[in-house]
Amino acid sequence: MTYSHEIRASRRAFLGLLGGGLATAAAVRPAMAEKLQTKARIVMIGAGAAGTALVNRLMDRLEGADITILDPSAEHLYQPGLSLVAAGLKPASYTQSKTTDWLPRQIALVPEAAAAIDPEAKTVSSTGGQTFSYDFLVVAPGLVLDHDAIEGFSLDLVGTQGIGALYAGPKYAAKTWEAASKFTEEGGVGLFTRPGTEMKCAGAPLKHTFLIEDIATRTAGKGKHEMHYAANNQSLFGVPIVSEKVRMLFENRGITPHYSHVLKAVDPGRKLATFTTPEGDAEMAYDYLHVIPPQRAPDVIRQSGLSWADKWTDQGWVEVDKQTLRHLRYPDIFALGDVAGVPKGKTAASVKWQVPVVEDHLVAAIDGREGSASYDGYTSCPLITRVGRAMLIEFDYHNNLTPSFPGVIAPLEELWISWLMKEVALKATYNAMLRGKA
Amino acid sequence: MEQLTLETLIAVFEEIFGRTLFWVMVGAAVVVTLAYIYVLIRDRAMSMRKFLWAQISMPFGAVAAVLFVQVMTHSNFRDIGGPVDVIVLLGVAAMGAIGIAILVYTAQSLFRAVPHD
Repeated sequence: MTYSHEIRASRRAFLGLLGGGLATAAAVRPAMAEKLQTKARIVMIGAGAAGTALVNRLMDRLEGADITILDPSAEHLYQPGLSLVAAGLKPASYTQSKTTDWLPRQIALVPEAAAAIDPEAKTVSSTGGQTFSYDFLVVAPGLVLDHDAIEGFSLDLVGTQGIGALYAGPKYAAKTWEAASKFTEEGGVGLFTRPGTEMKCAGAPLKHTFLIEDIATRTAGKGKHEMHYAANNQSLFGVPIVSEKVRMLFENRGITPHYSHVLKAVDPGRKLATFTTPEGDAEMAYDYLHVIPPQRAPDVIRQSGLSWADKWTDQGWVEVDKQTLRHLRYPDIFALGDVAGVPKGKTAASVKWQVPVVEDHLVAAIDGREGSASYDGYTSCPLITRVGRAMLIEFDYHNNLTPSFPGVIAPLEELWISWLMKEVALKATYNAMLRGKA
Repeated sequence: MEQLTLETLIAVFEEIFGRTLFWVMVGAAVVVTLAYIYVLIRDRAMSMRKFLWAQISMPFGAVAAVLFVQVMTHSNFRDIGGPVDVIVLLGVAAMGAIGIAILVYTAQSLFRAVPHD
């Protein structure tokens, strides 16, 4: 009898433990700040990574705001995945989802591009002929890949005749792998380029070089491939300490750097690439050529007078304060993501840090206050050096390394854990960011 | 990572596995753990006989977990690049070992007749 009594007592204790655990879990949920009541009209140009993340965060901050978001693209692209697609590690579909999957239902998505912005009258007109008045405007349309700037190149060539161009989107990233995998099997001369303009993720040209070298060496064996990397200036990466590390890795892997070589023209028939260099044009033969075109702000930005007048004049990035991302001449305009005229930060990781800053200043402005958040140029690049290894490089405006896990994940060390982050955790973090959760 | 809270972490894991699969897995882990605590309390003792089987299964769980992670992430043992990688590898192995030990122990306790001594 005593025995069964003890069992009952223990069961009660067990249930008590379970109940206590659940109560604790419920108690630690973070409290939500109260929403700001407003009738403000907010127009957002672009429902990419930046626009989507911001609109989802604003949903938690504002009550009654009239938010309109313009984006002609029905497809949302997870662009950090394109490097993996172009190395045959993920299918094109890995990067594709629907724009509407990520947007809150309460806001109006206009499936049109912005055709004109009038910052004086505070209106945006769309390609479909609609006009939207705003109290605040967030400009986040991304950037334009200027493929026509490279003579002899067209997107039809991608995947054929040894030409790749992974930036052009999921379809072209997959075609890039078709051309690259042929090169890895057959051997020959591989030529990897980057543009002379500002660009999305300056690590991606290096990643593609490292990945194709690694796969080539594993597939056909050592000694069958000659690898060349054409840098646009005298460094291999904007952050000097990282550039030096990449130089050492290149030396170790037998990849020859060519400094101040900017791709100008391609002759696919003769498999010749022409580069602009300080000593005049230089021709190089290739069996595989990776093209990344010059990148610029969309025409609508450049035509509306929002661009810097004295900086990046051939590219047209929006003239914003680099700490607040607020327009220097029109305080009711913010720019986010690729289009923002700041020295670094054309990556999804930058967007993740920029969005809360714009959110802070925008909500404060609606409330008649000044915001206090500041963006210091944080950019992150899991720089893949092999299939299975990467360096988790994080830095700011001052070219300082800003490791998230100091003492645990060394930024300049090729590590498996950094690869795991890129392969497994990054898309998840990105998606959480889109939903405004990270 | 700017805001690494529990909520962010849950959101990340939901995205990795999909919301349904993640919570099914959490549910399964919770059920197995609760079942394990339940049999411990019910039996008022660890059965060394069952624990022996659980221990024997541990290396298999460890190896299976490591291989599963490597296959899922296009990785290989040659990718181990520093101390933190060894720690991650051992961590994965340890989770696999402990997970299967608890599972084997609990399964035996629940499904084998309790010996009356």
